[in-house]
Amino acid sequence: MSATPATAPAPATQPGRSGPAPFSLYHPTVARLTYRALLSRRRALFLFALPALLLVMATAVRALGGADDGTAKTLLSGFALATMVPLTGVIAGTGAIGPEIDDGSIVYLLSKPVRRSTVIFTKLWVAMGVTMLFSAIPTFFSGLILDGNSQHLAVSFGVAAVVASVAYSAIFLLLGVVTRHAVIAGLVYALVWEALIGSLVPGAGDLSVQQWALALAAKVADPGAVTSQVGLPAGLILLVAVTVGATWFAVSRLRSLTVASDE
Amino acid sequence: MTTLTLDNVSRWFGNVVAVNDVSLTVGPGVTGLLGPNGAGKSTLINMMGGFLAPSTGTVTLDGAVIWRNEQVYRHIGVVPEREAMYDFLTGYDFVLANAELHGLPHPAAAARAALSTVEMEYAAGRRIETYSKGMRQRVKMASALVHEPAVLLLDEPFNGMDPRQRLQLMELLRRMGADGRTVLFSSHILEEVEQLAHHIEVIVAGRHAASGDFREIRRLMTDRPHRYLVRSSDDRALASALIADPSTAGLELDLGERALLVQAVDFARFTQLLPRVARENGIRLYEVSPSDESLESVFSYLVAA
Repeated sequence: MSATPATAPAPATQPGRSGPAPFSLYHPTVARLTYRALLSRRRALFLFALPALLLVMATAVRALGGADDGTAKTLLSGFALATMVPLTGVIAGTGAIGPEIDDGSIVYLLSKPVRRSTVIFTKLWVAMGVTMLFSAIPTFFSGLILDGNSQHLAVSFGVAAVVASVAYSAIFLLLGVVTRHAVIAGLVYALVWEALIGSLVPGAGDLSVQQWALALAAKVADPGAVTSQVGLPAGLILLVAVTVGATWFAVSRLRSLTVASDE
Repeated sequence: MTTLTLDNVSRWFGNVVAVNDVSLTVGPGVTGLLGPNGAGKSTLINMMGGFLAPSTGTVTLDGAVIWRNEQVYRHIGVVPEREAMYDFLTGYDFVLANAELHGLPHPAAAARAALSTVEMEYAAGRRIETYSKGMRQRVKMASALVHEPAVLLLDEPFNGMDPRQRLQLMELLRRMGADGRTVLFSSHILEEVEQLAHHIEVIVAGRHAASGDFREIRRLMTDRPHRYLVRSSDDRALASALIADPSTAGLELDLGERALLVQAVDFARFTQLLPRVARENGIRLYEVSPSDESLESVFSYLVAA
């Protein structure tokens, strides 16, 4: 190594490179690192497995029983919106940042002149995109397979899955920033709260992303075809409030993130 | 001129004080942060790198506070101790991503130059997960150098490296220091620091124990009282001959162990005295061993000094 020349000795401040980093909602490099990390880890298999399962089930139901709106609603509401969308949100939302914080590689992102808010926003877009790709789009297509968008069920549940993807991504990204047990916490929320308590205990539904999203689905579908425990205005306000609040809190926590040392 | 300044910095975690009222200045050239494991070196480096807020005091780079100031990273390169990187990327993709995150005008050229500086071009196309420890360390270095920072912070960079990799990295850091960069690295191994650093800061149990040129610190370390355990054919006669010389400060005859415990104050003189006295008195030396050469005892002496 001794014979090679050193890099140009120019450790002085370079003109035109000072001043605060511009506020930005997106950084392409952060996005690339995030989606490559999401899709290269083993848990990414779940991302493919869940929608594949839904589409197989929809095809089988249609082939065996024919087009039936009741069965379509049961599958789209009970499995797609209540289980698949939140689970995908957990994988994409926590996976977009949690592993980097756990193993310390987040240092390479944070030791750069990039605003922490830019890091969070970019990771949020990626988590949303992945969640929609692997849950909302399959939900729409399985609706088409089940009953050919009768009563606008396919479109309404597709729209519900899209808005639920947005909220879940923000919530689970925040969990990924604040706790090392983000996946467990996310699974408990997704499976116990949303899928079980949300559908059994009437009051709990008011605080369920799934019910807020259903309020929108009820508006899109034919009257009476889809019902929600919350009204549309309340559902929309809560969706926006939770998404914005979770994102703001995630930015604030990442700004103060302490990187643990091994000592 | 780029200077890192710690001003009365303390950091505690709950009830544990990791860093206790440390004030020091790190300027251009290579500085070694020396101390036993758990002394607080990583905590200090994390505060200098902006990954940890001081509980009290300030950490600044040329007057600018480092904590929560991502602009300082235009001037700082960080080589963390932890192994984790984006293992699914190739070495080149990883360094390129770092260049892009710095907003460099020509990220690809910068990435190639940094990889060439650490001599990793030959493996740049391989995924990081296939790299050895030394290769990882070099790619970490490349990622920290890609924007040609004025300050380079390295946490235990030699850990787990084989001797050849160690020499290569030392040579590289020496060059960085000679270029006028401020290079700070931590280590718990005296010889590493001595070979590389022109300036040493010693940290023991969270406190700043010593600071200065390595020769001064080496002298402090060699001038401290040394303890030896000596076994000979006539311990009693040897003891009486040794105590007559001013290089010996204390003697103890351990009859149970059948050994002589000697405390020497003048290291150089004592090492010449002992064999001469033995020969003159016809005493055979069976064993001469230092009894307190552990690094911890060296450090605790420095703290007391």
